[in-house]
Amino acid sequence: MARGSTAAPADRSPASASKSAFLWVFGAVFAVSVALSLRTAQVDPRLLVEGSTLANVARFVRGLFPPQLSREFLGLMLRPALETVQISVVGTAIAILIGVPLGLVATASLTWRGVLHERASRVARWGLGFVPYVVSRGALSVFRSIPEYVWAFMFVRAVGLGPFPGVLAIGVAYGGMLGKVYSEILEGVNPRPLETLQAAGASRLGVVLYGLVPQALPNVIAYTLYRWECAIRASALLGFVGAGGLGQQIELSMRMFQFDEVLTLLAILFVLVATVDFISGRIRAWVV
Amino acid sequence: MYELRSIRKVFGDGSVAVDDISLAIGRGEHVAFIGPSGAGKTTLFRMLNLTLRPSAGALLLDGGEVAALSDAELRRARARIGTIYQQQNLVGRLRVVHNVLAGNLGRWSTPTALASLIRPRGTADAERALARVGIPEKLYARTDELSGGQQQRVAIARVLIQDPDIILADEPVSSVDPSLAVTIVTLLRDLSHESRKTLLMNLHSVELALTYFPRVVGVRDGRVVFDLAPDKVSGELLADLYAGHRDEEAQLEQIQDGTRLYGGACRPLAGFGK
Repeated sequence: MARGSTAAPADRSPASASKSAFLWVFGAVFAVSVALSLRTAQVDPRLLVEGSTLANVARFVRGLFPPQLSREFLGLMLRPALETVQISVVGTAIAILIGVPLGLVATASLTWRGVLHERASRVARWGLGFVPYVVSRGALSVFRSIPEYVWAFMFVRAVGLGPFPGVLAIGVAYGGMLGKVYSEILEGVNPRPLETLQAAGASRLGVVLYGLVPQALPNVIAYTLYRWECAIRASALLGFVGAGGLGQQIELSMRMFQFDEVLTLLAILFVLVATVDFISGRIRAWVV
Repeated sequence: MYELRSIRKVFGDGSVAVDDISLAIGRGEHVAFIGPSGAGKTTLFRMLNLTLRPSAGALLLDGGEVAALSDAELRRARARIGTIYQQQNLVGRLRVVHNVLAGNLGRWSTPTALASLIRPRGTADAERALARVGIPEKLYARTDELSGGQQQRVAIARVLIQDPDIILADEPVSSVDPSLAVTIVTLLRDLSHESRKTLLMNLHSVELALTYFPRVVGVRDGRVVFDLAPDKVSGELLADLYAGHRDEEAQLEQIQDGTRLYGGACRPLAGFGK
């Protein structure tokens, strides 16, 4: 203890010197890059207070009211609203189909490490465990590092306009996220109960069923529901690239300057998202 | 039952947990292991319950070399050994009934095990086991809602369902209050006695070991220091066993003074009040 306290100040000064030097350099680089970017990004605060801007904003805000509530319009929007929900449900279902198998293989404790593999040979550990593990980790990170918006853009090119590309986009992007998080949940369980079951002579499946699954399942369900909430928001957004649902209607109305319809559509979207949040919140509270 | 020949365990980081232990333990014997913390007792037990493999030496169970067992034989051998841990090692989110019935996993097929998770199979047995440990009313309680002492009883009920030939208890009473400590030790002793099970117990409390066991093994630095009947275990031997370990030395003084009733095992841990 005494030795540590005498050594500490001597250690600290060079470390803090290099730290503050780093801060200066970093600060300078940051300031210069902001200054340069302001020009390239064409940031011009004067535009915000210019007469034509204000007139545009006023026109837009005035246009929102009163919202379009005619029976005909609402009737027409029923389908896109339903479509948004359906895109999110089917998209999440596909994400689960992608995420579960890849997530299981991407779980080290299931494929090559820990109590379940105590007697696996080195060859089996690598060939049947580690290699698929790395491959599926890689696939999952590719799936989730490309935003669903970009996926939708590509799928629209591939399969044409409509809800289907939206479903695929959510399925692939969210499949990547679900798989990653599933594997983290499974690896994060307390290993002691697993060893206890193994010590009592349980088979590997027995250890999984009585030790791993009950510890992980509530979190897996909760996270899946959370992703479904995100999916309904995303499915509205995906409509902007032509992937169906409410988003496509919002985009159409915007382009036609029918801002009163935009307000109605936003209100419908709000109700949908709030309902889904409520439902999944209740299920999560019940499961965990 | 067990035969250990110069067993040694070195962990991946190079630390030697068990240096050189040779022991023979017969069927139906009751043996207590005592020694300072870090002596290698828990590691020894993990080798005895066949979850950890010795780095060197031979571990024989009923005359057969454990390292030579096939996967299926290893599973069968493990099913004959019931372990009770210091921490309860139960799945908190499962109901008590499933944690108790998990004692069946050594004989159940996977479909049976799965079916029982949905509709518990053999609840009468589970209830009887819980009744033996004094908490029959907790059958359908969620395990993580029980106190530390109650969870330890659930762990014992699971071993009852497993019905092994050997019971290994690794400091089973270090997280329960003093009166319960004696109850649990005597319960395990009586259970083992009536069905002629071999009982091996790690104990932090010297007094519990000397009072309830006919054979006491002192372990220090991964080696057996003595292996004697309790009346042959002198104060000098104990002082040497615990030399340099302050807590345990204090325990010995209190035992000599007669101020402490059940020894160090009864110190309640944080979170486990009476």
